[in-house]
Amino acid sequence: MNTRGLRSQLKDSVPVTGMGQQVGAYGVQDTLRSGFSSVKNELLPSHALELSEKNFQLNQDKMNFSNLRNIQGLHAPRKLQMEYRAARQIQRLPFLQSSHLALDTLKGNDESISFEDILNDPSQSEMVGEPHIMMEYKLGLM
Amino acid sequence: MATLSVCQPQLGGFSFENCKRNAVLEAEVTKLGCNIPSARKTGTTICGVVFKDGIVLGADTRATEGMIVADKNCSKIHYISPNIYCCGAGTAADTEMTTQIISSNLELHSLSTSRLPRVATANRMLKQMLFRYQGHIGAALVLGGVDCNGPHLYSIYPHGSTDKLPYVTMGSGSLAAMAVFEDRYKQDMEEEDAKRLVRDAIAAGIFNDLGSGSNIDLCVITKGRVDYLRPHDMANKKGVRCVYEHEALPHQTGNYKYKQGTTGVLTKSVIKLDLEVVEETVQTMDTS
Repeated sequence: MNTRGLRSQLKDSVPVTGMGQQVGAYGVQDTLRSGFSSVKNELLPSHALELSEKNFQLNQDKMNFSNLRNIQGLHAPRKLQMEYRAARQIQRLPFLQSSHLALDTLKGNDESISFEDILNDPSQSEMVGEPHIMMEYKLGLM
Repeated sequence: MATLSVCQPQLGGFSFENCKRNAVLEAEVTKLGCNIPSARKTGTTICGVVFKDGIVLGADTRATEGMIVADKNCSKIHYISPNIYCCGAGTAADTEMTTQIISSNLELHSLSTSRLPRVATANRMLKQMLFRYQGHIGAALVLGGVDCNGPHLYSIYPHGSTDKLPYVTMGSGSLAAMAVFEDRYKQDMEEEDAKRLVRDAIAAGIFNDLGSGSNIDLCVITKGRVDYLRPHDMANKKGVRCVYEHEALPHQTGNYKYKQGTTGVLTKSVIKLDLEVVEETVQTMDTS
């Protein structure tokens, strides 16, 4: 799960700048997709863990790849990332629930259970995205 | 408009959507002078000791909600794997969920390695998870078990630090229990001595700490055998005044009912009520 957190690997972690505005195509606030903007919502996170949890998986992956590169050479993380990219494409249309089975097996998530599997299961969520908008967003038409 | 903003795929796990709303609600409610309901904690005494052949874990059985006893007989010794058990202090839901998640993870791990899980594995999984959440998960644990390398005992704090020691105590009654341990612990004790020591330590916590009470649960883990003694000792029975060492028998609480005839009767009048049957219906019961 967690490899050793060497300090030298931390330089690759995702910088924590804040919640960030959703910037649309022309560099202005994307009201259509992310709603009205509120400065208070974006300056401070509502909970101490919000930022660290948002970037947790990214940071873990970066640290692991960095370690792997130092131990085995550049080819090892490259090959793995290629496989991840291929597995990530095996999914249904964006508004439907996909199981991500191949991706989970590659990442090793099929052998562990954590809060992501118990709380807030996306397949049980009460909100569903508008299919046309989500398809257009995915294809980059919007 | 709300559905248009759902363009990113949703992730599972903790959702912080309501945190700002909760903070505002809490501020409003404290201005009015009321209290928001608090989480149920296990203000507790838990402890563990390593003896010659294995581990003895002990816990009291009271769960508190603020100043009220929420559960008089809750079970604080949780199952992690057939050879590893874990006592939990702190927020009751947090200890319950954390131990269940780690138990599931250990089961998957042991299925994939086809070996009996080690206590060090459970310890590392717990400390990594608790550190990830920076102490917001309030679970203070005493983890003990016997694996291929012998008996091991760890104490795990909510922020993720762990200690590997021959005897540990946690919870609000930990100082009382630790006093008993520091006085009477010896290396390589026999099983009966270890059980008596843990029982006395938990009893010290029960009688000297408001957050601990009711009965004493013990769990004895040795190689190939687990004795889950629940309850091992009912230190506080309802209706019985507590036993002191110098008294031979526990005595019942006094009977405060008056005998018939204590109050003199001056007059007596009997009025008969005439009740007549108005309606009679029969409903057949479904006993299938």
